[in-house]
Amino acid sequence: MLALFAIGTTFSVAGAATGSQMTAAERTALIEEGKQIFLKGCSSCHGLNAEGAAIAPSLIGVGAASVDFQVATGRMPMADMSAQAMRKAPLYDEKEVEALAAYVASLAPGPEIPGDELLNYERDGSVAEGGELFRTNCAMCHNFAGQGGALTQGKYAPTVMGVTPRHIYEAMITGPQSMPVFSDKTVTPEEKLSIIKWIKFAESEPQLGGASLGRVGPVTEGLLVWTLGLGMLIGVAVWLAMKAR
Amino acid sequence: MSNEIEAIKDPGLPAHVHRRADTDPKAAQKAERQVAILFMLSALGTVTLIGSYIFIPQDVFIFFPVLGSTNAHQLFLGLGMAASLFFIGMGAIHWAKTLMPDEEVVIQRHEFRSPDEDRAEFVKAAKEGAAAAGLGRRSLIKRTLGLSLGLVGLSPLILLRDLGPLPGDDLSTTSWKAGTRLVTDPGDRPIRPEDLEVGAVAQTLPEVAPGAHRKLSDIAKDAVLLIRLRPEEFNLDAERLSWTHEGIIAFSKICSHMGCAVALYEQQTKHLLCPCHQSTFDVTRAAKVIFGPSARPLPQLAIKVDSEGYLVAQSPFNEPVGPSFWERS
Repeated sequence: MLALFAIGTTFSVAGAATGSQMTAAERTALIEEGKQIFLKGCSSCHGLNAEGAAIAPSLIGVGAASVDFQVATGRMPMADMSAQAMRKAPLYDEKEVEALAAYVASLAPGPEIPGDELLNYERDGSVAEGGELFRTNCAMCHNFAGQGGALTQGKYAPTVMGVTPRHIYEAMITGPQSMPVFSDKTVTPEEKLSIIKWIKFAESEPQLGGASLGRVGPVTEGLLVWTLGLGMLIGVAVWLAMKAR
Repeated sequence: MSNEIEAIKDPGLPAHVHRRADTDPKAAQKAERQVAILFMLSALGTVTLIGSYIFIPQDVFIFFPVLGSTNAHQLFLGLGMAASLFFIGMGAIHWAKTLMPDEEVVIQRHEFRSPDEDRAEFVKAAKEGAAAAGLGRRSLIKRTLGLSLGLVGLSPLILLRDLGPLPGDDLSTTSWKAGTRLVTDPGDRPIRPEDLEVGAVAQTLPEVAPGAHRKLSDIAKDAVLLIRLRPEEFNLDAERLSWTHEGIIAFSKICSHMGCAVALYEQQTKHLLCPCHQSTFDVTRAAKVIFGPSARPLPQLAIKVDSEGYLVAQSPFNEPVGPSFWERS
């Protein structure tokens, strides 16, 4: 009896210490809170039951990871009906995003928010492998240095600089907006961490060669050479041909 | 001099205006000082170059207007070298323009053709030289010289062989054969249909034997993009539909315009874009070109699953992948 009591208290103390386990009642309350936020902030476009409408897709089955990515990066709610929801300051705080994500995840199963233990890219990732993966899978849209690039009709692939590892991971597993999904079987979770590690490496890479000019390749570099470079050459040529007085 | 052309009496040139430095010693001194200052600036540039090479550590970053955070070592090396070279040139030109002789000299033109007596003299000297060398008498030397010079002339023609060999059927074939597994690039893992969610893509290559090495020239032809859609989203004829598997469709990644890797896939519009020239292909209609310079759809690879449930090619590509070439209709 005493032994049972001891085991029971140890378990409950251990459970409380990790703090990640949520009781059913807490979860229900969180989902209810999320539903209230959804009804106020999202339902006018996504429908009262998240079933979607002409202007916005259904959210049934998109999973908590989608909600966390779209809302915590400020993409949702959209500021206007432009071609693309852009990254901006988030409207909802962390607690509200969690509640919203819990509500949407309760509608149908979908990709879950990766926990911190899954995101230890410093330990589990490899920069070299990440670079190879990035060049094969990501660089055509997001640019070889992760600076982003244009798609069609006003849509674009945003820069991946300054995005939290969790949001990069969520983008890969959910395929937000124009982006396709990168399945865990074709790009494994470890490979995803390598990609994140490479992005973080590229972000903090020092500019040894001077001005990076946005790292977008020949566009800015060409512009500079054609204006400043040629301008200087023309100036020198004019001075050379000028007669001394 | 018999061949001189008669001078034009008054060619109408403006009178020569002398520079101030030519007439005014003070102006000359000022110009001299300016040239000296330019040379001094160049010297200063070289000192900056040497000094920054020795004294500025390589990992120091400073804020520089316009450039932002910049590596100080590289920045001052560059500025120093630019100044040292630019101001030498500027000083030399300023010197030449202000102080070096500024006289106008008249030289009369003459006919281009040499006088007859000079021409006769040249022919005579050439004939005498040939006779002295004895080419007419020593025919062995003449012939062997002809042989050696002729062979030297041939050797560049032999080197033209390096332009070949001709590609043969390399341009119209790839490594894909019936039953070749599609494996992830990089990673080389075979793929099952259930590994791809709807909306997912995968970059793939043909499987090679374990330990075998792919040639870059093969990767450049073999790269294939797998895309999964909902099967009802396809708008394909029966044959092309039979080339897909449960909504998974495979296209060559090599653009039919210029051979760039076509892999910008817009999940919502189901359009594939080429990053180089914006050719746009509609995935639901077998990569039909809907925008851009490409003349042909991307070749579609027929896929199925093998007995172990992995995706394999049904057959090789039915047409050459990549851009047009000479022999291709």
